[in-house]
Amino acid sequence: MTFEYAPAPESRAVVDIASHFGLFIGGEFVEPIDGASFKTVNPATEEALAEVSEAGATDVDRAVRAARTAYRTTWSRLPGSERAKYLFRIARIIQERSRELAVLETLDNGKPIRESRDIDLPLTAAHFFYHAGWADKLEYAGLGAQPRPYGVAGQIVPWNFPLLMLAWKIAPALATGNTVVLKPAETTPLTALAFADICQQADLPPGVVNIITGGPTTGRLLVEHPDVDKIAFTGSTEVGKQIQRAVAGTRKGLTLELGGKAANIVFDDAPIDEAIEGIVNGIFFNQGHVCCAGSRLLVQESVVDEVLDGLKRRLATMRLGDPLDKNTDIGAINSAEQRARIDDLVRSGDAEGAERWSAPCEIPERGWWYPPTIFTGVTQAHRVAREEIFGPVLSVLTFRTPDEAVEKANNTPYGLSAGVWTEKGSRSLWVASRLRAGVIWANTFNRFDPAAPFGGFKESGFGREGGRQGLASYLRTESE
Amino acid sequence: MDGRVDVRKTYKLFIGGAFPRSESGRTYAVEDTKGRFLANASLASRKDARDAVVAARGAQPKWWAATAYNRGQILYRVAEMLEGRRGQFEEEVASAEGISSRRATATVDAAIDRWVWYAGWSDKIAQVLGSSNPVAGPYFTFSVPQPTGVVAAIASQRSSLLGLVSAVAPIIVGGNTCVVVAAEDRPLPAITLAEVLATSDLPGGVVNILTGRPAEIGPWLASHADVNALDLTGVEDDALATEMAVDAAVNVKRVLARPRKAPDWFDAPGLDRLRSFVETTTVWHPIGV
Repeated sequence: MTFEYAPAPESRAVVDIASHFGLFIGGEFVEPIDGASFKTVNPATEEALAEVSEAGATDVDRAVRAARTAYRTTWSRLPGSERAKYLFRIARIIQERSRELAVLETLDNGKPIRESRDIDLPLTAAHFFYHAGWADKLEYAGLGAQPRPYGVAGQIVPWNFPLLMLAWKIAPALATGNTVVLKPAETTPLTALAFADICQQADLPPGVVNIITGGPTTGRLLVEHPDVDKIAFTGSTEVGKQIQRAVAGTRKGLTLELGGKAANIVFDDAPIDEAIEGIVNGIFFNQGHVCCAGSRLLVQESVVDEVLDGLKRRLATMRLGDPLDKNTDIGAINSAEQRARIDDLVRSGDAEGAERWSAPCEIPERGWWYPPTIFTGVTQAHRVAREEIFGPVLSVLTFRTPDEAVEKANNTPYGLSAGVWTEKGSRSLWVASRLRAGVIWANTFNRFDPAAPFGGFKESGFGREGGRQGLASYLRTESE
Repeated sequence: MDGRVDVRKTYKLFIGGAFPRSESGRTYAVEDTKGRFLANASLASRKDARDAVVAARGAQPKWWAATAYNRGQILYRVAEMLEGRRGQFEEEVASAEGISSRRATATVDAAIDRWVWYAGWSDKIAQVLGSSNPVAGPYFTFSVPQPTGVVAAIASQRSSLLGLVSAVAPIIVGGNTCVVVAAEDRPLPAITLAEVLATSDLPGGVVNILTGRPAEIGPWLASHADVNALDLTGVEDDALATEMAVDAAVNVKRVLARPRKAPDWFDAPGLDRLRSFVETTTVWHPIGV
């Protein structure tokens, strides 16, 4: 049985995008001194949304100086209880403007409005609200009697959750008393620029938050700036390693949230229908542009047919298309470059002998898209089982015993997340205690909360975001 | 002298619970601070460092699987063994560091007490660094500290016993295993400590001690793909510390940087070192009927 859906598009009228954006430095939008600019594009239509400034060396220096001045003259002198109120204000304004921000996020990123509206925006507001409460309670965080902020934090965020990742970076940095220079991803700068407007509405002291747009060069300039005290980066493991090298030998603090290749382990006693929903959510949420995506499905041999049949049946009902349509499950791939990367890895899967199945969905003519895809017959040596694809592509492997499942799950240089599906509580705790991963979802997947620490083992990076543990990423401890 | 010739000790490496010579066959002469010959120590090589990493990796899962109570008792047992041999340590530390016997006594006291302090931490870490997380949804969510894995440490080049103990104890108490490079010019107390560790029910491979040159062995450990974290405390040369920190990025090692000023090892240790080698795992499970 197939259902016909009438289009149910969310209105674009709630957003008004300027044709050109400057850099947000010292509390106001300024034109870049170095003068370059680039266009940000709606990946679902390939239409240019706005022209955005590219910060050069002089601009980065200006932003860092603004952050330093704000740190010295206002932010470090403000009691925590007053910092808290600014963060609460910001949380409230995000809630008030959440529909506008959700639409803007979907336009710039390509993710379904259902996800930006129901996940990205509520979590963004929650992140500010949670950290606001910490600002005047840091002496209770278990980091010594008088934990001290670093000073100026340089922060670089990716394109997969542009505003949410901004919140993960800025909320704890401000709560702990740092000022920030944040660079959003090159392809998704618009919600960060809207956030600059929110800082103005909140009357946040000038220079406490500075937003500089640009590409890898801008990011490198920020990392290498001598007056930045702390670098926080979310992105690829490859770039994370470059940053770790660049910071080596300096006194800069560093936290990295990098790639992943999460195992999602399904035991034969799992609630299969729930597990299938969890597998779908694990890898096809946000087009698979999720560092903690459950991209390696490990199924116990005795239930592999049942799981795969159910999975394919479920995927056939997924709706790919207009991200602004409230019925859409799978939106656009964020860029042509990312689509090419996904395609390259999928071709390697074909070439190495894995068997490909893609959901039968119609691909729109314009924009960048990728249908939900499953590889079976995958071995641990295949590239699709080892490399992060960052797209809607699931590799299916099997196991016989719990020990084998754990061994295969841990057989990766990454260690960000994992899933385990079983009705047996003792078994999921046993598996959880043996997995080398920073987040483990038992009978659920891709849940996030500002109170729950998030971050990786091994090459998935170090440091945590969220929770009491996440505060340590922005505070110097006793001996430093 | 009443004519008896004393029996001297051969100082070797400590790898996987055994005391091998360096596979390179090399030794170096160790002198006291006045230049008098004390002994020949093994000059560890790249191969020795690699063997030590293999031993540390092999020992890690079992050491972590032991109960925290058990690990605490073993660390306390180390303190007991050290106390029983304190006279020997006082002599060795005094001649290695050129300090008075009173100062050496205080140093050994502090080293013993440090083991006792960390022994008590083993079953407190999860409660102090872990949490239950009040998430906005029907989920039971908790975060538990887990060991980083294998840690390579360059121990203090000055404090031959107390500095070494202060590096090793916070690494292993939480379930990590380690490869530690002792003070290059003052290595003898480290090897005598290895004899204590070998008789304290500490499983072989949990602590591996190399004597030799940090400048030679350090970079191999820093770039080793099966080492998860690096403690640069004892690297005194800026260029070497930077080189090792750069090498560490090869597999995103956690790096404990060299302290800005030379530590006073008599100070209360605090939790920074211990926390540097701990990961946090957050577990989610639905709540429902």
